[in-house]
Amino acid sequence: MESIPLEHGLILAAILFSVGLIGVLTRRNIVFVLMSLEIMLNASGLAFIVAASRWGHAEGQIMFLMILTLAAAEVAVGLGLIIQMFRRYKTVDINELSEMKG
Amino acid sequence: MLDLIWLLPSYPLLGFLALVLTGGRLPKKIVAIIGAGSVGLSFLTAAIIAAQFLAGSEDYFVKEVWAWMAVGGFTPGFSFYLDGLSLVMMLVITGVGFLIHLYATGYMADDPSFSRFFSYMNLFVAAMLMLVLGDNLVLLYLGWEGVGLCSYLLIGFWYTNPANGYAARKAFIVTRVGDTSMAIGLFLLFAQLGTLNIQDVLYAAEAEWEVGSGLAIAAALLLLGGAVGKSAQLPLQTWLPDAMAGPTPISALIHAATMVTAGVYLIARTHILFEIAPSVQLLVAWIGLITVLMAGFIALTQSDIKRILAFSTMSQIGYMFLALGVGAWSAAIFHLMTHAFFKALLFLASGTVILSVHHEQNIFKMGGLRKKLPVSFASFLIGSLALTAFPFTSGYFSKDEILLAALEMDGPGTILWVGGVLGAFLTGIYTFRLFFIVFFGENKGHVPENEVGGIHMNGPLFLLMILSLVGGFIAIPVDSVFSYGEVHEEHHVSTLIHGFMIAVPLIGIVISYLFFYAKIFSIEKLMSIPISQILHRFWFSGWGMDWLYDRLIVFPFLWLSKINKADLIDSFYAFIVKFARASNAMIVRTQTGYIRWYALSIAAGLVVLISIGVLL
Repeated sequence: MESIPLEHGLILAAILFSVGLIGVLTRRNIVFVLMSLEIMLNASGLAFIVAASRWGHAEGQIMFLMILTLAAAEVAVGLGLIIQMFRRYKTVDINELSEMKG
Repeated sequence: MLDLIWLLPSYPLLGFLALVLTGGRLPKKIVAIIGAGSVGLSFLTAAIIAAQFLAGSEDYFVKEVWAWMAVGGFTPGFSFYLDGLSLVMMLVITGVGFLIHLYATGYMADDPSFSRFFSYMNLFVAAMLMLVLGDNLVLLYLGWEGVGLCSYLLIGFWYTNPANGYAARKAFIVTRVGDTSMAIGLFLLFAQLGTLNIQDVLYAAEAEWEVGSGLAIAAALLLLGGAVGKSAQLPLQTWLPDAMAGPTPISALIHAATMVTAGVYLIARTHILFEIAPSVQLLVAWIGLITVLMAGFIALTQSDIKRILAFSTMSQIGYMFLALGVGAWSAAIFHLMTHAFFKALLFLASGTVILSVHHEQNIFKMGGLRKKLPVSFASFLIGSLALTAFPFTSGYFSKDEILLAALEMDGPGTILWVGGVLGAFLTGIYTFRLFFIVFFGENKGHVPENEVGGIHMNGPLFLLMILSLVGGFIAIPVDSVFSYGEVHEEHHVSTLIHGFMIAVPLIGIVISYLFFYAKIFSIEKLMSIPISQILHRFWFSGWGMDWLYDRLIVFPFLWLSKINKADLIDSFYAFIVKFARASNAMIVRTQTGYIRWYALSIAAGLVVLISIGVLL
């Protein structure tokens, strides 16, 4: 089986990361911001996997497992916060939460 | 018993502490007992110590109580030095001081700040005793500043009137000029001679400095600066007349009998320094003479009873300076003592007059008070006679000695003598002008019902009357201080000169009599001449010295402070504050509260950092 070249994998990871970042920067709905964050996390996980398969090391895959657990925990906390935010402010627009300025 | 000399300043100091710590909550009777009693105890102790000291054969006695500080080789202590000079001073301070305290218990009886008054008075006596008993110049300086502080506090005692506060500040600042000069003098002495113990300084100066050498002249000049400030001599004399804003017992104690003579004491104490700087010593004589005459002319024109006495004080201290300048050290101290007696008497009597006519001080609104105020009349008569050196009163002996010493001096002695005699002539006129206007003629406004007083006010007056009369027969034991084996000079002058010196003040009295009692000469006619009007205005304003100092120093200073309102040096620090504020305002803008901005700045920062890492 022809192996996928390293560059392709990394480019895909970079594209995914950029998509996630743009999502974080531009979306106003906090649920989508959280989803974009997940995309960014998975992009970095993909970069680890690609690198690990290229060098034949297991560390990259272990790192990806850690990122998965981290993402699960983060989503649990993040969704909890979103529910709290919605209860208190009746909105999911993050621009409404800009009181801590100046 | 001599060991107990440290008790002298301690009693008044304890009195001060007791009065200050109770903060005016004590009843007036107890305040009076503490205030006057502490000084009385001091006087008793001083009298016993004096008797013991004079019975012994020692020339001096030193008692070190404790070391004040020890910095390297510099170890000034709280040590007291007793010799003939400090003995006379301490007896005058405690004795006259006690009488004035006693008088003040009556004079100030109605004042709401009775306790504050006596606490300041006690502190003053303590500081003054420290000044005259200190065996080193540092302790002397402590007392020197202490009396200056008390003078300030007491001139401004009735502080609700802004004019009194102004007078107090003026006195404080003008004397501060002299004090600064004296402090620099002390630095110079210490830097050159390595000690500030008075006797060591004098011995070292005599051994190391040649007569007329630059250092000796500088040191003597700087000390003289301090002396003229404290003693209200030319050119720092302007504060004394304004100092009369204080209560009258203060004028008697501080501004006539004791504090203003501190300058005379200082010069007498360091007389060896002045002997090896003869030009400065001569300057002392000239300062004294010019002050005698200036103050005499001013006193001729004044209308405020206390101001007349103030200018007379200035002029009498001028005589003491004249004596110091011609080397008649003991005559200066003698005149200091007799002056303390009769000037305290005059001031206290003027206090009685002022109280009796309900705080009127203008002599032209008094008049004819002889019958109504018999005690003040007698006091003024005796005090005025002593002041004008009427034969065989106390002032006669001391002034006589000063003038004869001036006459015997080589060089400018004759001029100094003529000036001094002219001063005595003026003294005769202005003293009896005051006397005749206040006590004779018709009353012009204020008729007193009865004379204020009681035993505690009249008692001191009687005692001071006696002292003013016979004080001239007291022999002061200062010969061993001033002469090294040199016998006390006997004056040999012809009876003609002697008679002349007696006659001149009497002529002054007669002129005063003709003008103000017999009215044979008319003062109005004299005043109608234009030149005498100009002179009157000029002298009334104190030779325009206040005017001159305002133009020379006060106004330029105010002008400078006005244009420098924003304070040039402060503006640097203000800039730091402004810079911090502006930076803060800029950085605050970045805290938008939008998460996306923070995320973007983190991402952008990362990009920048990584690209730097990759490129380098």
